[in-house]
Amino acid sequence: MNINLKIWRQKDEKEKGSFKSYKLQNIDPNISFLEMLDILNNRLIKEKMEPVAFDHDCREGICGSCGFMINGQPHGPQKATTVCQLHMRSFNDEDEILLEPFRASSFKTVKDLSVDRTAFDRIISSGGFISVDTGDAEEANSTAVDKSSADEAFLSAACIGCGACVAACKNSSAMLFTAAKVSQFALLPQGDPEQKERVQNMVATMDEEGFGACTNTGACTAECPKEISQENIARLNREFIKSQL
Amino acid sequence: MKDFYLSSKAPNGDLHTAWTRHKESLHKLSKEEANKYKIIIIGTGLAGASAAATLAEKGFNIDAFSYHESPRRAHSIAAQGGINAAKNYKHDGDSTMRLFYDTIKGGDFRSREQNVYRLAETSANIIDQCVAQGVPFAREYGGLLDNRSFGGVQVSRTFYARGQTGQQLLLGAYSALSRQLKKEKVKFFPRHDMLDIIVVNGKAKGVVTRNLLNGKIASHYGDAVVLATGGYSNVYYLSTNAMASNVTANWRAHRKGALFANPSFTQIHPTCIPVKNDFQSKLTLMSESLRNDGRVWVPKQKNDTRKPNEIPEDERDYYLERIYPAFGNLVPRDVASRRAKEVCDNGQGVGPTGFAVYLDFKRAIQKKGEDYVKEKYGNLFDMYQNIADENPYKTPMKIYPAVHYTMGGLWVDYNLMTTVPGLFSIGESNFSDHGANRLGASALMQGLADGYFIAPHTVSDYLSKETPGNKNTEAPGVFEEAVRNTEKEIDKIMNIKGDTVVDEIHRELGKVVWDKVGMSRNGHSLKEALDLIPKLKEKFWNNVFIPGNKNDYNQELEKALRLKDFIELAELMAFDALDRNESCGAHFREEFQTKENEAKRNDIEFMYVAAWQYKKDGEPKLFKESLEYKNVKLKTRSYK
Repeated sequence: MNINLKIWRQKDEKEKGSFKSYKLQNIDPNISFLEMLDILNNRLIKEKMEPVAFDHDCREGICGSCGFMINGQPHGPQKATTVCQLHMRSFNDEDEILLEPFRASSFKTVKDLSVDRTAFDRIISSGGFISVDTGDAEEANSTAVDKSSADEAFLSAACIGCGACVAACKNSSAMLFTAAKVSQFALLPQGDPEQKERVQNMVATMDEEGFGACTNTGACTAECPKEISQENIARLNREFIKSQL
Repeated sequence: MKDFYLSSKAPNGDLHTAWTRHKESLHKLSKEEANKYKIIIIGTGLAGASAAATLAEKGFNIDAFSYHESPRRAHSIAAQGGINAAKNYKHDGDSTMRLFYDTIKGGDFRSREQNVYRLAETSANIIDQCVAQGVPFAREYGGLLDNRSFGGVQVSRTFYARGQTGQQLLLGAYSALSRQLKKEKVKFFPRHDMLDIIVVNGKAKGVVTRNLLNGKIASHYGDAVVLATGGYSNVYYLSTNAMASNVTANWRAHRKGALFANPSFTQIHPTCIPVKNDFQSKLTLMSESLRNDGRVWVPKQKNDTRKPNEIPEDERDYYLERIYPAFGNLVPRDVASRRAKEVCDNGQGVGPTGFAVYLDFKRAIQKKGEDYVKEKYGNLFDMYQNIADENPYKTPMKIYPAVHYTMGGLWVDYNLMTTVPGLFSIGESNFSDHGANRLGASALMQGLADGYFIAPHTVSDYLSKETPGNKNTEAPGVFEEAVRNTEKEIDKIMNIKGDTVVDEIHRELGKVVWDKVGMSRNGHSLKEALDLIPKLKEKFWNNVFIPGNKNDYNQELEKALRLKDFIELAELMAFDALDRNESCGAHFREEFQTKENEAKRNDIEFMYVAAWQYKKDGEPKLFKESLEYKNVKLKTRSYK
């Protein structure tokens, strides 16, 4: 198949970026989207030009490194799929495909399609943990946890921190990301002692980092490659209000 | 370089009390004292993050480096199956001794008894720690932790979080690390590659790093350095490892005097989605559990181009069932992998490249129903369909073995210290616990045992005998010179200005290592590898082209620096495989097999760890650590 790419090229944070067009011919529809970019990059290097920078690593949809906008959608058109798990057969011959980085003021552009999501790390380090030193833990089975809470906590903990929720949100809110972590610990007895402090600190950091407010449009959940539920946001709000009482 | 006498420093005497006795003999530092020291940790996956968090809790100051943007992206995250622990929650007779025995036997008697026993002993504490951190392991309806069996052992000891156990454990270690970031006990340097170890008066005292975003080369002082940089499967170019997983930190340490042990011990996983075309960048593993209901076959006829459903039963070769009537499709990983290669090399392979075999669920679907198969393997079938674009309920899956773990790594003593004092290696980056073959669900266990429970004690002990220092207390100019040397190396690579893309050479290297130092090797193929690899080295230094600027975010330069080291490692792997004139575990030398084509170990001549010393010019030098088995009886594996 042949495709027409329009890719956002930007040298670094300071320089102004713009879209550049590239045409690729005879692309095997069975290769992955990132392999298609590998082919483009290989060609660009052969032509002594700079390849397109993008983040990726595991290419199995779990490390959360990859992610950019494809035709306006984070991670592209396939539901519950990271861009590394997307294949060219999701597109048609002669399609125009527009690629741009996740846009949010809290995610600075690194280069081309790569952005800096370290703001997420700062949210986690403000409270996304349970304070237990190594060796201080009690015997694992001494606290029973009901299966449904444990399963639900797992679903919240499945977030890969890719940033698609922020990119999808018209307010660039990091609410779903933050809420998933707050929820995981709210659902487990181990998270109880620090819950109040946790939710307050994490929300405060989220605000300090410049992420917008949540207006419950649900775009985050709709675009989340791991289908993290919007219920997490309701739970965060509940925990936040509880912590103020 | 002077010769080393390889002493494991493992405690003698009773195996069961060895670690406790050893721990008691180690020096400890108070938090106030520890606060005077700086430790450098390279890599923040399971091993690195857990070590950084725990050492920070003990009062040390940590500088942690990763090539990733965040510690949460380390490749530990991709581990699916689970983590073993000898908790005996299922009352099926599991014990530390039993986990120890399974691991030693699985490693085909090429690992150190005391290390493996300590690993088994520590396993239970890992689960306690992770649960306390809020890791959402699978639970039973009564609220207690669930277990499953894994990798053919006879007990149920694997703890899991769906198919995302690695993710949940890594996020647990990352959260412990994040807590220390907040306390400012750990400083994290994202997107940094380590490019050199600084050795002063024989001891590791720092590192040279490159900031991947702006290319800045800098030196950092540490009273000790811990490498937690994972394995080197990507020497094969295609593997199940993440794209940027690399050997560079380990190799640079090796060049500075750290011995590299058993480099040719690389594990090939039998059930991966096969290579489709030349653009393939990465291989994906499909859980081994599929072989419980799937039957492996190839057409009897060579170069058969018919569709699988057009090939009648009597024209199919269910080769595993034929060769191993007792174990059938459930033979261990190394055996299943090798046999798949054999039939494909014989021209019976299927798919567009001829390097695939069928994994067929037709009988399971007929006998047990599609619902049964869906319930058990539904997510794997979906994953297969997404990647291969074929419906495995209707047509057999195509699978082929792929590299996914390396047992070899930096040689370490019982304290996890390399042959360079003050330089430690933990997790997959060392060689320590898996011998010639790793059992399923043991990699996560080892990473966390090393990071949470072993290195913190042994690193503290080492530092208790060192005076805390800084760049100025060391020999003047050493740090500046190390930076200059690294800058020169980068300039040299940037200035080659050839016309070959880094990946093109990497692909060529991968093919040589896969064909000649892969699933099975022989003296001839290994000598060919030793002939071909230097040519690739030459090609690299004469022809590679790096676009852009060294001071930008330059992903091609990163790749080139890694490839350069992979090429040198590949040569060492071939040396190692050639030296070991026996077959053991994942190391299958075709000349050394039984009449039934099984691995033939030679315990009289080769019961040792092969630890190699780097020689700038000339062949690497071999040092041996002989292995002793006092608590287990040596046995030959049989699956007929």
